[in-house]
Amino acid sequence: MKAITNLSLKELLAGLAARDFSSYELTGAFLTRIGDHEGVIHAFINLTVDAVLEAARAADAKRASLSSSGKAIPPLLGLPIAVKDVLCVEGVPATCGSKILENFRPPFNATAVQNLMDAGAVVLGKTNTDEFAMGSSTENSAYGVTHNPWNTQRVPGGSSGGSAAAVAAGFVPAALGTDTGGSVRQPASFCGVTGVKPTYGRVSRYGLIAYGSSLDSAGVLARSAEDAEVIFRLMAGFDARDSTSIDRPVPEAVCTPKINVTGLRIGVPDEYFIEGIQDAVRDKVLAAIAVYERLGAEIIEVSLPHTEYALPVYYLIAPAEASANLARFDGVRYGLRTSDENVMALFTETRGAGFGPEVKRRIMLGTYALSAGYYDAYYGQAQKVRTLIRADFDAVFEKVDAIAAPVAPTTAFEIGGHGGDPLAMYLEDVFTLPANLAGVPGLAFPVGFDRSGLPVGMQLMGRHFDEATLFRLAHAYQGETDWHTQSPAL
Amino acid sequence: MSLTLNEVEHIALLARLDLTAEEKKLYQQQLSDILDHVAKLQKLDTAGITASSSVLPSSARLRDDESVEGLSTEEALHNAPETEDKQFKVPPVLE
Repeated sequence: MKAITNLSLKELLAGLAARDFSSYELTGAFLTRIGDHEGVIHAFINLTVDAVLEAARAADAKRASLSSSGKAIPPLLGLPIAVKDVLCVEGVPATCGSKILENFRPPFNATAVQNLMDAGAVVLGKTNTDEFAMGSSTENSAYGVTHNPWNTQRVPGGSSGGSAAAVAAGFVPAALGTDTGGSVRQPASFCGVTGVKPTYGRVSRYGLIAYGSSLDSAGVLARSAEDAEVIFRLMAGFDARDSTSIDRPVPEAVCTPKINVTGLRIGVPDEYFIEGIQDAVRDKVLAAIAVYERLGAEIIEVSLPHTEYALPVYYLIAPAEASANLARFDGVRYGLRTSDENVMALFTETRGAGFGPEVKRRIMLGTYALSAGYYDAYYGQAQKVRTLIRADFDAVFEKVDAIAAPVAPTTAFEIGGHGGDPLAMYLEDVFTLPANLAGVPGLAFPVGFDRSGLPVGMQLMGRHFDEATLFRLAHAYQGETDWHTQSPAL
Repeated sequence: MSLTLNEVEHIALLARLDLTAEEKKLYQQQLSDILDHVAKLQKLDTAGITASSSVLPSSARLRDDESVEGLSTEEALHNAPETEDKQFKVPPVLE
């Protein structure tokens, strides 16, 4: 028999429903596994042990009372999950991986979290992240580095590296992440798990501490497309408290045993198979595309000609939005305060001491791009090229139902590998940024391993609000292969 | 594109960031490198292209003008570094 922590999310829900185990036992089993390996992995900034055990007991009591009165049981009742530390959970510190928010306890839940709690989920802890989600390795956290469970000398990717590592290590069946330029998909790829970045506007941003508001999406990491779909469908939906939330029906579940991809058209863009991507990444992704061809999908060469501009566009727009969003951290209403000599010192010294190097770098870059005399040349021009990037996707989606590409040019790199070179780190995001700029959904999942045993990921991108096609394709692939069921030896 | 130290100090002032001498030097170099990289955007002809500030088709949605319950004063002040008389406390703004 498989260990309880090795069961899929769907198996766990079935086990809870059949009372094979209680939520208290299940949560306890995950906490034990965390206790055994967290010292090496460091996936969490905060574990809420007492609160989650109490919530698990309450869930067990609720299940007993609802079933004895014949009432409907919430779908996730008693399921433990983890939440990236940029999403608010009431009363639990939300640090964003930053010293400036060390003692901040939000007075409300993020809507994505609230929706899952309403469905019965219990939150076991807050996962590590690059400070304010700015990074591709989870090394930019004020609370230590997270290690990749497949090779602890390697980064887990970022910025949702804590969530990806927690799922890969079997600490939780699913974890929430956020994706502004690839921060769900790239760590999913590095850690060999399945990660979903929904369409912009699909999942509420209320309670997601803002980085780049026009790009931020809350998403989920889990062990399979089928498991991720369960969480995605429950966290999504219209929310009046997010002015960019879109009122569209959440799609029906498509990850069923009878899945069929015959006739679906998959576009393969030349621009994503550039020089500089590792051979293993190219080979495994092409092999996965061949699986789809065998399953009856039509493979079509397509072109997204403005792909090479996504990186400069992103690294102007996201820092510009960040420089405005992070202006709120000024030592007045919450967070760190290091000086109160005068108002100017209060602002500059608090921010100088509270923010880490990458956050300061992006605030500086964004402030420059928005400053008088440079606005049109940098920010304005970037917004125009963003229009061209989106038009590339619109044109391609006239011809295909989904786009298949690598998630990142490399597998997980060594901790410290991009040390003093921010541009080298930014290049890790080259294949994930376009989906955020265009607002389209993306899904990353494992398609093999490189020679040193590190997972390789592929991403599928779809039309606005068509996550269903991505789930359908990923689930069909996972029915044919077993990469997603493999776990690292800890 | 090479930023001067004066420009770095001016940006830091606009951003209300107190930087050490080493940080200023580091960011002078790194920001110059990043600006060199993004310069390729200038070569694209974008005449007649509309700027996208968002991917959403519609303009901002407004809610009905009805009062709804928000945070209590206690909740709003709970995280403040310093408060007095149910208010956020800051150093004198006008001397």
